[in-house]
Amino acid sequence: MAGTAVRRRLTWQVARVSAVTAETASVRTLTLEVPDWPGHRAGQHLDIRLTGEDGYVAERSYSIASAPGEPVAITVERLDDGEVSPYLTGELRAGDELELRGPVGGYFVWEPGDGGPLLLLAGGSGIVPLRSVLRHRGRTGSTVPVRLVYSSRTLAEVIYRAELDRPASGVEVIYTLTRSQPPGWSGYARRADAALLAEVAWPAAAMPLAYVCGPTSFVEVVSQALVQSGYPPERVKTERFGATGGT
Amino acid sequence: MEAVDGNAIGGLLWEVFGTEMTDAASVCGSCGAARLVAELAVYRPALGTVVRCRSCDSVLMVFVTIHDRTCVDLLGLAALG
Repeated sequence: MAGTAVRRRLTWQVARVSAVTAETASVRTLTLEVPDWPGHRAGQHLDIRLTGEDGYVAERSYSIASAPGEPVAITVERLDDGEVSPYLTGELRAGDELELRGPVGGYFVWEPGDGGPLLLLAGGSGIVPLRSVLRHRGRTGSTVPVRLVYSSRTLAEVIYRAELDRPASGVEVIYTLTRSQPPGWSGYARRADAALLAEVAWPAAAMPLAYVCGPTSFVEVVSQALVQSGYPPERVKTERFGATGGT
Repeated sequence: MEAVDGNAIGGLLWEVFGTEMTDAASVCGSCGAARLVAELAVYRPALGTVVRCRSCDSVLMVFVTIHDRTCVDLLGLAALG
């Protein structure tokens, strides 16, 4: 609960971009050197603050893409009408500086001791905090069984595909492509809903722990379907990021 | 406007309350619904941040920041923490 975490101040600090990695046509991963980083938990956020020449300030919260112990990274989807993401994905270069504070969040987090099996459900860029969970599982040697269900419009929009196509032992990755599928596609080709989850989700009797992250509509449909199938609501952790993009 | 989750304002809440608040319990002053702050509905229009109950839609918390000062209204809550 609140108050059990170590008290620290949450202050803005300047980080340096050490690498920019293209994940898809509109998604970039920014690896950051943060001089005073207290360490983070899988699933946490950080806040980015941009200040315009006229003093206008825009703040956004982004999920941390890297595992605890790895260099801090965020993965950002460009929203064409966004105030922040076009700059982060289009203008920033390695060596540039960026103002941030974090880590933040004590709810949508996973630790190896939390039990399982794990069901991770991602819609679009909702994969980002779940990728931190997957990497944390690998780095800690956890053997908890994992199913990741990743809904994307097209295969080209799948983020971290090279990594997800070679899952660690005990991790199953299940894609569903909702808009178009390449020739010969053998994965799912429909929205993640109760019918799809009935096929791919762990049965409630296995006492699974579910993390759902994506656009609001995705999260609502998926989390309600899981609860209706018998998952206790407190074992279904959700993170909505609005219609598209970051929170 | 579409709601995001209380998770999204963890930084703002930390600034106001001085600690991590997304895993704090809240109780709606109107309907009595008890939820973690992370699970509340958050609306962020240009002028500030409005947090609503996911059960009855009542306004629980309002935050408005101008010139580095944040005004906080918690009157919709029966309990927090």
